[in-house]
Amino acid sequence: MVQYASDRLNASFAALSDATRRGVLEQLGRADASITDLAEKFHMTLTGMKKHVGILEQTGLVTTEKVGRVRTCKLGLRRLEEEAAWIERYGQLWDARFDELDKVVEELKRKEKAYGRKKRE
Amino acid sequence: MDARKESEPTIMQNRTTVARKSERELVVTRTFNGPARIVFEAWTKPELLKRWWAPKSTGLSLISCEADVRAGGRYRFEIGNEASKPMAFFGRYIEVTPHSRLVWTNEESDDGAVTTVTFEDKGGKTLLVIHELYPSKEALEVVIAGMEGGMPETFEQLDELLVALDASVGRS
Repeated sequence: MVQYASDRLNASFAALSDATRRGVLEQLGRADASITDLAEKFHMTLTGMKKHVGILEQTGLVTTEKVGRVRTCKLGLRRLEEEAAWIERYGQLWDARFDELDKVVEELKRKEKAYGRKKRE
Repeated sequence: MDARKESEPTIMQNRTTVARKSERELVVTRTFNGPARIVFEAWTKPELLKRWWAPKSTGLSLISCEADVRAGGRYRFEIGNEASKPMAFFGRYIEVTPHSRLVWTNEESDDGAVTTVTFEDKGGKTLLVIHELYPSKEALEVVIAGMEGGMPETFEQLDELLVALDASVGRS
C-alpha cells in the first residue's frame, strides 16, 4: 500500500485559493475553452486571464495548446495522475524489497536469540 | 524446522509510504519488526543486502553486489534478468553511522540522487526513512517521466522500473 502525498498538491491548492481560478477549472471541467472565452466569461482583460491560466498551468492543473491564433485551455490532471502512478510503482518496488528484508530481519533476530540462549547455558 | 516454527512472527503488515516531499526530494518510509542494529546490518552486509535488494517477485536477480560500507567506500550492484543485459548501479558511501544513518551518492550520471537512510529505534522496532535528494527538479522529473508511456502494470515489468529508477536518468 502506498500513500500518495505531494507538495505539488499543496502548490495546486495554493493555485486554487483564488476564486477566479477555481471558476476557470470548473468551466474547463465542462468544456475546453480559449483564453478569450474565459476572459469574457469572467469579465476580465485578456492579460488578466492569461496570468490566471499561467498560474494554473504551472501547477499542471491546466494545459494549453495554441492552434492557429487561438490558445485552447483544458484540464491538465494528466501530469498529476502520471506522477501518482509512478509513485505507486516506486512504492511497489520498495514493498517487494521490504518483504524480503522482513525475512532477513526475522532470521537475524532468530540467530541472535539462539546465540543468546547458548551464552546463558 | 522446529526452530523456524517456534519463532514464526505474527505477521504484522507494515506499511510503505512514498511521498514527493519537494521538487527535488522523494521520501520512502517503512517500519520493521526488529531493532535498528539488525535492520542496519541487513543494509550494510553485502551478503545480506544481496538477499533482498533485487526481490525475486520483480523477476530480477542481483548478478553481483559489492559494497564497501564505510565513508568513502564504493558500491556497485549489477542487476539483470534473463532477457536483458545487466545494469550497473554504482557510487560511494559518504556517511556510515552504525545503526542509525547511511548516506550514499549515485554516480552513473550527474543527475544522480544523494540517498540518506536513517534507522530509528522505536521500542524493538525500527522506523526506516529513505530520503533521496536530486540535484535539480529536472533530474527528478526525468526519473518520473522515464516511467510513463504504457508500462504494463504487471509486477514482472518492474525490471524496467528498477533500471530507470536506479539509473536516475530515465530515457536517453
